Amino acid sequence: MSARDRILAKLRANSPSTVGNPPDVAAWYATHRIAENGADKAKRFRHFIELAHAEVYAVSRGGWLQKLYEVLSAKQIGKLLIAPGTAHGARVAAELPGLDIACPAYDTAIESWKPALFNDIPAAFTRARAAIAETGTLILWPDADEPRLMSLVPPLHIVLLDAASIHNTFYEAMQAEGWKDGLPTNALLISGPSKTADIQQTLAYGAHGPKELVVLLIGDEQ
Amino acid sequence: MNAPQTPHTLHFMPSAGFRARAKDVVDNPFLRQSFRGAMDFLMSKRAAQFPDAEELESLRTLGESIRQYNLARLPDLLERLEARLTANGIQVHWAETPDEANEIILGICRRHEAKLMVKGKSMVSEEIELNHAAEAAGIGALESDMGEYIVQLADEKPSHIIMPAIHKTKEQIAKLFAENVPGVDYTDNVDALIQIGRRVLREKFQEADIGLSGVNFAVAETGTLCLVENEGNGRMCTTAPPVHIAITGIEKIVEKLEHVPPLLSLLTRSATGQNISTYFNMISSPRKPGEKDGPSEVHLVLLDNGRSQAYADEQLRKTLQCIRCGACMNHCPVYTRIGGHAYGTTYPGPIGKIISPHMLGLEATKGLVTASSLCGACGEVCPVKIPIPELLIRLREEAFSAPPRANPAMRGQGAGYSGLISAVWRGWAAVYRSPSLYRVATWMGSRLRGLVPSRQGAWTSVRVPLKPAPKRLRDMLKERG
Amino acid sequence: MKPAQSPPARPSDVYFFATCVVDQFFPGAGMDAITLLESQGIRVHFPEEQTCCGQPAYTSGFPDEARKVAAHQLTLFPNEWPVVVPSGSCAGMMKHHYPTLFAADPIRKAQAEKLSARIYEFTDFLVNVLGWHPEDHGDACTVVLHTSCSARREMGVHLTGRKLLGDLHKVTVAQQDHESECCGFGGTFSVKQPEISGAMVEDKVKALKATGAERVVSADCGCLMNILGHAAWKDRQEGRAKPSLPGEHIASFLLRRTSK
Repeated sequence: MSARDRILAKLRANSPSTVGNPPDVAAWYATHRIAENGADKAKRFRHFIELAHAEVYAVSRGGWLQKLYEVLSAKQIGKLLIAPGTAHGARVAAELPGLDIACPAYDTAIESWKPALFNDIPAAFTRARAAIAETGTLILWPDADEPRLMSLVPPLHIVLLDAASIHNTFYEAMQAEGWKDGLPTNALLISGPSKTADIQQTLAYGAHGPKELVVLLIGDEQ
Repeated sequence: MNAPQTPHTLHFMPSAGFRARAKDVVDNPFLRQSFRGAMDFLMSKRAAQFPDAEELESLRTLGESIRQYNLARLPDLLERLEARLTANGIQVHWAETPDEANEIILGICRRHEAKLMVKGKSMVSEEIELNHAAEAAGIGALESDMGEYIVQLADEKPSHIIMPAIHKTKEQIAKLFAENVPGVDYTDNVDALIQIGRRVLREKFQEADIGLSGVNFAVAETGTLCLVENEGNGRMCTTAPPVHIAITGIEKIVEKLEHVPPLLSLLTRSATGQNISTYFNMISSPRKPGEKDGPSEVHLVLLDNGRSQAYADEQLRKTLQCIRCGACMNHCPVYTRIGGHAYGTTYPGPIGKIISPHMLGLEATKGLVTASSLCGACGEVCPVKIPIPELLIRLREEAFSAPPRANPAMRGQGAGYSGLISAVWRGWAAVYRSPSLYRVATWMGSRLRGLVPSRQGAWTSVRVPLKPAPKRLRDMLKERG
Repeated sequence: MKPAQSPPARPSDVYFFATCVVDQFFPGAGMDAITLLESQGIRVHFPEEQTCCGQPAYTSGFPDEARKVAAHQLTLFPNEWPVVVPSGSCAGMMKHHYPTLFAADPIRKAQAEKLSARIYEFTDFLVNVLGWHPEDHGDACTVVLHTSCSARREMGVHLTGRKLLGDLHKVTVAQQDHESECCGFGGTFSVKQPEISGAMVEDKVKALKATGAERVVSADCGCLMNILGHAAWKDRQEGRAKPSLPGEHIASFLLRRTSK
């Protein structure tokens, strides 16, 4: 008998005879969480992620690139890792190099450039697929175009988020987007820059991941 | 790598010396003050997250029902999880004992000729003492959670399951870094210390052959491993090295993805008073074709180590509801007085007292189960409503009330049995169940109160002796007529 | 916290379960509690055969012994009157743990459930059954209230105690640091883990004294034994003749304040 079979046999021998009713998660959320309108959700998202030390800028659908440039200039950053295979990445690649900001692409497997990613890339730009108002949380599903380490290794992570994709709660997000029917290799919730309070409960940012998180929040108004 | 296999012995030291270790902390005003401050901080952070008592209570009830529902179906869910993970390309391993788990992990390391494993925070890896096993096998195992890194540099164990280095001051950490990290001068600036850790560990994330992590929730329906963290080291360990090994206890499983949001909310709010952690990392497969990063191999090790023993008993099964938030220790007056190391177990505090006996047996842990005033603070804050005081009473019964018998519910049943103590309790019961004996005994007590000894064992170490009143209530009532 | 269950009406008679600690160590508190109840026009019955609720054995892991002692108490209260208990943790034992203790014995379990429904902690009874508002006849003073953990968490006794003291116009109730934290008694815990228990009671007494209150009152005699025992020990150590933290059962305090 394998360890697997022995463990399962021990558990089976003593499983309770009744399982009970499945917990009603939907009912709890329906009675304990309000569904807000778009503007209120955006406001709440912003409130909580700013509390967690992220910078948020309201931008228009046409104007976010200008704000991106301003943020980089203000932080004196001349190099931005992008995903040229995405629409937003392509737009950056078309415009920013002309303004003296180099835009390397994450276009080969990490094995071929790990030290360069860790040591030579000060910032990265990705999109968030959605967000959560209740906790001020970005939802990212990294993929072949925007790999996982883009939102982790560079000290500055800049995220483009459409306010229309903000959900009230994590529960609502996974229900609305049908997550149970298929999750990517890695799904991420990000709620601020990397931090730790492991030394004397003193909060310090930039523990292992990004030291700064900037959100360009595309509103509906324009 | 063919390092010689040394037999693996666990380095826990629970009951033996528990009182002496507790006394060391209790007698140290500095440590007393610092634990008190840290626990006060964590308690107030949690309280601020739950301003609405009804919301808290109903969410705890939901959390409890989610955990109980999933535990009730545990063997089926484990099989479903295994099937789903396998279909997703994640390799599943089963271990009954710490030795088996270590052997599985080191086997994977050897197959990849690994020299360095970077570790995200995993209490289960502490439970199996993986670092010792890896070291013996010639494989470097480096903790990357800042608190764990500090504790490892100091050659200690975590003293808290969420805040591993909570027993250390920034000055101690400054000294530790200056003495152990090459090229570092003394600084007790917390930001500077964290940046030193970041610099050192970022080198290691690039170098490492293996990333190891724990698991907060394993979702059966999607085959997903969920990890909660703030620092990003967990994401580093699960993304940067070519191989990721996750290890978890068999109980951390939920059937449905929708079970995760309530548990996550309870976990982070109860643990550190955050409405959510900085990162929630959900891993469902190794790197797919075309993807440019992430490990090409992902493994999950499912560890029993005594959990199936707790599972077998309806009452003790509630122990397995735990989601490892640490709120019970933050609110525990005993933990606050003695800190985590005194317990001598991987899991300290109230949860440690009820889970460790299943892992280590009651022989080694019988002293711990008496180390509670049963005040109930732990049960009151537990986000999944584990009745910790009730379980402690049950464990006391298992340890002390009867000599070892056949087919006990627990390893080490009767380990604390003493014929003399049991005779005392039988005598006590004989007196207190009999009104006439009780009357005689208490009358004698009130008459002979002058003979009460001035030293009454442990009671009088910090208290005046107990002395019966000259007249009992029943005498006073009689006199009154 | 918990609304009073049956009988909602004001009873003419009650049973008094003194507890072994009050009977032997705090008989004055028991007398005062009875006198107070009688002053409200209630006949108080003290079954002579009563001993102990069984809690010491129960919490030490000796349920068989606890059951034997508890079973004896089950038979002592034949009439449907409320049973008033002047100690929160003993009341908690009878109210919340008796049914579990006899879970495997259907007859006794039924008896236990019937009894449990009639168990009232003393201050709970005064507030939630009698609706008593004590009238203060004493001089201005400051006290601090300590509530036992089981009474607080199982019965909400800190609220009823606070309510009664709050009705006394000239009494100021001080607020101690870490009010809800355990005093370190815990029955056999105090002798099995004397170092930890000692540290807990030390901190508790410090916090109580730091309020500047002239006395501590409590509805639980186990805690009082521990707290006052440590305070007196400390006085001896430091050569004080006058108690630095006097204390008494809340029944004694209430009786004195309301006596003309």
